[in-house]
Amino acid sequence: MRYLPHTEADRAAMLRTIGAATVDELFADVPASARLSAPLDDLPPHASELAVERHMAALARQNLSAADAPCFLGAGAYRHHIPAAVDHLIQRSEFLTSYTPYQPEVSQGTLQYLFEFQTQVALLTGMEVANASLYDGASACAEAVLMAARVTRRHRAVLAGNLHPHYRDVVRTMTRYSGHMQVDSAAPVLGDDLDGLAERVDDTTACVVVQNPDAFGNLRDLRPLAQAVQAKGALLVVVVTEILSLGAAMPPGDMGADIVVCEGQSLGNPLGFGGPYLGLFASREKFVRNMPGRLAGETVDSDGRRGYVLTLSTREQHIRREKATSNICTNSGLCSLAFTIHLSLLGERGLRDLAGLNMARAAATADALVGAGCELLTPVYFNEFAVRLKKPASKVVDALADFGVLAGVPATRLWPDAAELDDVMLVAATETVSDDDIAALATALKEVQG
Amino acid sequence: MTHSADLSRHRDGAASALPETASGHSGLDHEEPLIFELDSPGRSGADWPEPPADATSRLGTLARTAPIGLPGLSEPQVVRHYVRLSRKNYSIDAGLYPLGSCTMKHNPRLNEKVARMPGFAELHPMQPPATVQGALACIDELATWLKTLTGMPAVAMSPAAGAAGELCGLMAIRACLEDRGDAREIVLVPESAHGTNPATAAMCGYRVESIPADARGRVDLAALREKLNDRVAAIMLTNPNTCGLFETDIVEIAQAVHEAGALFYCDGANFNAIVGRVRPGDLGIDCMHINLHKTFSTPHGGGGPGSGPVVLTAELAPFAPLPTVVQDGEGWRLVEQDAGGKSFGRLKGFHGQMGMFTRALTYMLSHGSDGLRQVADDSVLNANYILASLQDVMTPSFDGPCMHEALFDDRFLKDTGVSTLDFAKAMIDEGFHPMTMYFPLVVHGAMLIEPTETESKASIDMLIGTLRHLAERAKAGDADLFHEAPRLAPRRRLDETAAARKPILRWRPGVMEAAE
Repeated sequence: MRYLPHTEADRAAMLRTIGAATVDELFADVPASARLSAPLDDLPPHASELAVERHMAALARQNLSAADAPCFLGAGAYRHHIPAAVDHLIQRSEFLTSYTPYQPEVSQGTLQYLFEFQTQVALLTGMEVANASLYDGASACAEAVLMAARVTRRHRAVLAGNLHPHYRDVVRTMTRYSGHMQVDSAAPVLGDDLDGLAERVDDTTACVVVQNPDAFGNLRDLRPLAQAVQAKGALLVVVVTEILSLGAAMPPGDMGADIVVCEGQSLGNPLGFGGPYLGLFASREKFVRNMPGRLAGETVDSDGRRGYVLTLSTREQHIRREKATSNICTNSGLCSLAFTIHLSLLGERGLRDLAGLNMARAAATADALVGAGCELLTPVYFNEFAVRLKKPASKVVDALADFGVLAGVPATRLWPDAAELDDVMLVAATETVSDDDIAALATALKEVQG
Repeated sequence: MTHSADLSRHRDGAASALPETASGHSGLDHEEPLIFELDSPGRSGADWPEPPADATSRLGTLARTAPIGLPGLSEPQVVRHYVRLSRKNYSIDAGLYPLGSCTMKHNPRLNEKVARMPGFAELHPMQPPATVQGALACIDELATWLKTLTGMPAVAMSPAAGAAGELCGLMAIRACLEDRGDAREIVLVPESAHGTNPATAAMCGYRVESIPADARGRVDLAALREKLNDRVAAIMLTNPNTCGLFETDIVEIAQAVHEAGALFYCDGANFNAIVGRVRPGDLGIDCMHINLHKTFSTPHGGGGPGSGPVVLTAELAPFAPLPTVVQDGEGWRLVEQDAGGKSFGRLKGFHGQMGMFTRALTYMLSHGSDGLRQVADDSVLNANYILASLQDVMTPSFDGPCMHEALFDDRFLKDTGVSTLDFAKAMIDEGFHPMTMYFPLVVHGAMLIEPTETESKASIDMLIGTLRHLAERAKAGDADLFHEAPRLAPRRRLDETAAARKPILRWRPGVMEAAE
């Protein structure tokens, strides 16, 4: 057992110090009826590193890696090129195997990068402050709704129709039993889901939640909505599932958002079959004491040197217990490190170039799909859009997978009850998509659709 | 046992301030500016196969116009920045982390290698199920391990961390009680509980009532029975508890809870002490979260990501969150919609912390059934060894044996002028991370030490020798040593009060210049 250092002689010596004859004696407080006398025999015994690696590699081989196929999937998770330095740096022992930085004297590395991360998130979103990350975009969205209720002392959340349904569902789940929250959600629409949204706001509404670009890729001007919502005393929560879009598009803060939540996976983090990812959370500074999650702040040490600490922890569960702003403890530390390193490598120019490249790849993909007979449904988009196919999208997507092409996400996978979206497919194209990939998609689609 | 290391050699010559250097650096410890202060506008550490065209004009008035304000650096500058930052962190790879209730054990590198296999790392969560059969089989295989080790029939895999697992379990309990037509309003939480327990109960809309500990550091069974009535929905109990003790009355507690019509949530943060030794299902619990980042060695990463699957009874299983993985004639598939209509819903985007699942399964396969039992044995052995070796100089809060962590309080520091905080900060100068302090709340000035099973005897002996030395110095009236600690860390004590009074939560251009 390669991870256990003790020899039998060590164990015997330690037992002598303790004054116990056997380790079994140390388990004397366990009720006799519940003590297992031997290792569970319905699980396999220990295995060598080589054997375990073989077993796991065999499982991995049963999957079609998006690295080995033209991949056009998005819908809240995006495949991007991750610079080699990112994965090297996050595997540094001092980052990978350190604990939450509660002891700041020996955690300045983590605390300083969190402070830098918070600054980057605030700059990208156009907001005043950001926290040190939450679990993912969807849970951050639910936390934003709960925070809006605390700030406004109102208990109703209005969700736009084209909010990613996982975000909608997590909001519903996390508000289900919390403070009599009501969630007013709408069905998805291929047109403008902002239409009529402000009219759903009343004097009990804590917030309106809108995604931009929306789940069909539509990028909209939210300024009129922000004004209408805020005029009725509610907050505007803006959701961004593709953080890279903020390299090209007007940031939500400039559009008047009160709280911005994003999925940060696109920077530094692999697709990983859906996790772990990181939720970004930014807001106006005046709401900071109602924020969930950890915050790193600047201060000085007893020699007067600049340093960083976790701060405003009187919001948090380990201090406030049942009166905390959230129950969150662990967040997405290492994912936020990957995010911040990737963004540091890109810099201002690199981010803008990468965003432009994504838009160019998406436009080329859209052109090819229109050429293959699809109808483009998204007028203004970043790197993701919706198309109408000639056949049910789920069947087309499955058939294209047989050609080795990961074509897109059928809209009905996200909204299974929306029969009118049966032939709609969501398509994302990032910098990882080559001209050959686009040609393969168009060719296979023609084959399948006829 | 001997503690012959010369533990005082740094002390006598140590000055209160470090020598000043022209560069500001101190040997291997480099002062490092914020990345924003290293900016060279226009520089980048990334490039592309084709010259990127500016496509943003297609966005019209929705295009970003003003600069974002991100700094420009080349790759070597970025690498040096983060390497220098990393060296200011303590880590389990570099030293023992005696953090009680946190289970900071060795993180095997095979787990990292496996998680990065393209067949796992490069899977999109919305790929057609036919293209991800191995990933779904992997989730199911891990689920089988968790169910077997806990003796429970079902498991919800999606919770993103321990606190999310608590929420998952408590929501399943609430959904189940409402399904019975028996909505209740109170959750009982012991005084010694993790802060997440009452915070979670509050998020589920429950009122929290505290149950006291008895003189043995366990739940006071009589007090619990008095609190149980038809308004109590559940008890949330950590076992082994946060005093590092097995709840000896746990079977009776479960019976009493169930007789009152309530359900038993077990906080599994301390599962490391009993894995392979006890199946929590045999104790009468209804659900329990398992921190994969504790017991099953996925790295803490400076504060996440974690993963907190929840094992459930058959009664609670229908209320578990979506999605779930099932196998039918056509292979593995994901159930993303609830046909039965009883699931309380979705807890996070997509399917759970897959990157943690691959690591945890790799760890379990490596240890196997016999190895995991040895994990519990060695972790309990190590904690008892520490308890026995320090009981004459520090003050254990309760009689042993303990489980995987040893709890001391600050009675041994009485009249020394040294607090638990001072004592812990002095450990930093000795090359150790402090132990968990002031938790649990049921003893005064708590010091909770969890060595884990991956420390060698020599490593533990060094910790014991150091703590003995510090306890003796405190009793010898050397309070200044403690008040000034740490002196040898990258920073000395930081002003947390100032940080909270006037929060500076981000860098702003010009702030540094203005301060100078």
